[in-house]
Amino acid sequence: MKCRAPSLRQVKHWIYSTTFWGTLVGVLLGVAAGVGGYTFIYARGASYLTNDPRACANCHIMQEQYDGWLNSSHRSVATCNDCHTPPGFVPKYWTKAQNGFWHSFAFTTGRHPDPIRINERNRAVTESACRKCHGEIVSAIEGPHRPGFETSCIRCHRSVGHLH
Amino acid sequence: MSNENTVPSHSAGSPKPGRPILRLVMAAVIAAVAVVAALAMLVNILERKQEAKQPFFRVVELTDETEDPLVWQKNFPVQYDSYKRTVDQVRTKYGGSEALPRPASTNADARGSVTHSKIDEDTRLKRMWAGYAFAIDFREERGHAYMLDDQTYTGRQQKPQPGACLNCHASTFVAFKKAGDGDPVKGFEKINALPYAEARKLVNHPVACIDCHDPKTMQLRITRPAFMEGYQVFKASQGIKDYDVNRDATRQEMRSLVCAQCHVEYYFKGTEKRLTYPWHNGLKVENIMAYYDETKGADGKPFKDWAHADTGAPALKAQHPEFELWSQGIHARSGVSCADCHMPYERVGAHKVSNHHVRSPMLNINKACQTCHKWPEQELKSRVEQIQDRTTQLRNLAMDALMDLIDDLKAAKASGRSEAELAKGQDCQRRAQFYLDFVEAENSTGFHAPQESARILGESINFSRQGQNALRGTKSAEAPKTGEKPVNVSSR
Repeated sequence: MKCRAPSLRQVKHWIYSTTFWGTLVGVLLGVAAGVGGYTFIYARGASYLTNDPRACANCHIMQEQYDGWLNSSHRSVATCNDCHTPPGFVPKYWTKAQNGFWHSFAFTTGRHPDPIRINERNRAVTESACRKCHGEIVSAIEGPHRPGFETSCIRCHRSVGHLH
Repeated sequence: MSNENTVPSHSAGSPKPGRPILRLVMAAVIAAVAVVAALAMLVNILERKQEAKQPFFRVVELTDETEDPLVWQKNFPVQYDSYKRTVDQVRTKYGGSEALPRPASTNADARGSVTHSKIDEDTRLKRMWAGYAFAIDFREERGHAYMLDDQTYTGRQQKPQPGACLNCHASTFVAFKKAGDGDPVKGFEKINALPYAEARKLVNHPVACIDCHDPKTMQLRITRPAFMEGYQVFKASQGIKDYDVNRDATRQEMRSLVCAQCHVEYYFKGTEKRLTYPWHNGLKVENIMAYYDETKGADGKPFKDWAHADTGAPALKAQHPEFELWSQGIHARSGVSCADCHMPYERVGAHKVSNHHVRSPMLNINKACQTCHKWPEQELKSRVEQIQDRTTQLRNLAMDALMDLIDDLKAAKASGRSEAELAKGQDCQRRAQFYLDFVEAENSTGFHAPQESARILGESINFSRQGQNALRGTKSAEAPKTGEKPVNVSSR
């Protein structure tokens, strides 16, 4: 058996083959999955899939909101998810996925307003969440308002969940 | 032939040469971007976690003798950095400050710049304070960094001032302890009575870290004996006995009370010049007025700061009663402290830090107001300025009314009316100008308690009116024509 270095032609041949590229991409994808998986665990990613409000203050940015909630009238009846995700398994986790991505993006790049502000989509989620529990009581005052001028609960009751 | 062999996939495998490789390259690029994004996030989280673990690094040991903020800075660089920024001079509509060239009047004045003269801007102030040091020199206030220099070099020093002034113009905690051989209250009493120039040699810094913070725990701490006494007396008036502010106040209360050590109305009691807060009946202007009426001065008459030069009225000077006025407002009622708006929290990495650049909230609306009030910055600014515009209008009316009373009193005095005939008018002047000054000297132009400010100014105008009526009602050469009845001057 001869042990001989591969010829230049053989190396060229291999580099142009899909096997090489397949291996390279496989390695890169593996690295991506590994780094991503490690980051997920290090960032306590699994905690974001739960209903535990402490998870929302993991990254410190919502500490004030969490502290505010602990002192609010709603602390014993509603968690973060009750007001900030829509009902139903798929809508809930779709909302969580969206917010998870954009929060990670904003906090990593540092590009977010401070004090933080709720965005339009999330405001709508919260607005409708009030009616999960209080719908019967408020149905009488909802009335046929013009579009864009609907009754808003959180315009006046902004501090029930948390002050800031 | 060799070419055909080296690129077998082209000729044999794929009908569209190059595509699989392109696809693979794109996949690799996406994977690489994903890795970069994940790593960026990982590192960011790592940094935040590290920061959260260690709120500060103890580089030096701080004790009750560590006065120099530069030493504290080694442990708390972020807070120190913002504390140093109180040198900034920025105008707001009714306050803030600006750096003007110093008037070349005296060489003794070592200041690089000064702010504009309020008594030149509104000469009615000079007439209100005629015969008192404030009629000599009174300028726009500026940041904490200037407190010691601005007092050392003010023109008011032409009249002898006591060491008691330094209570609030210097870092005195260590100086009090040294002067009292370890007992701050003894040192306080000693320094109060010294002439200003002598007392000035005992202090080195404008307000510093140690004046508000316990060096061991960093908790807020009251260090001014006068405040401890004054606040205890105030609490006693509310039926709370034996109140110890450092023991009994909550953390949120302390975030206002440390400021209230100085941003209050006060006077120097007796020949020992003991700094005293007139809160024996409460914090409202009439409570304070009543206290001064009950307190006897050296002449056995109700306490006065000075006798008005034009009218002889036993006048009082109100001094920056920010704490008292704020106490009557909606923010105090809602539990919002001084620090919440003047030293708002900000995010520094994983930490929440109080901004030690104490300044007008109008210069930091985002952090100061918008944490609670989710309205556009311009909207919030115009709300505040509307309150201040209205207060200023009312203040000008009250000032005009007071000038009219002073004119009448001066004329009555010149026409030779007796002391007894002038007494009621003089008493009204004392009240009218103390009430007016209570809002004028207060540094929020009414914002700390808008309706209370308007009420106080309304009362001031009423006192001026009552004073003029009292003069009309007296018998003298200039008595009103027969048949004209004196107007009813009964008090509220």
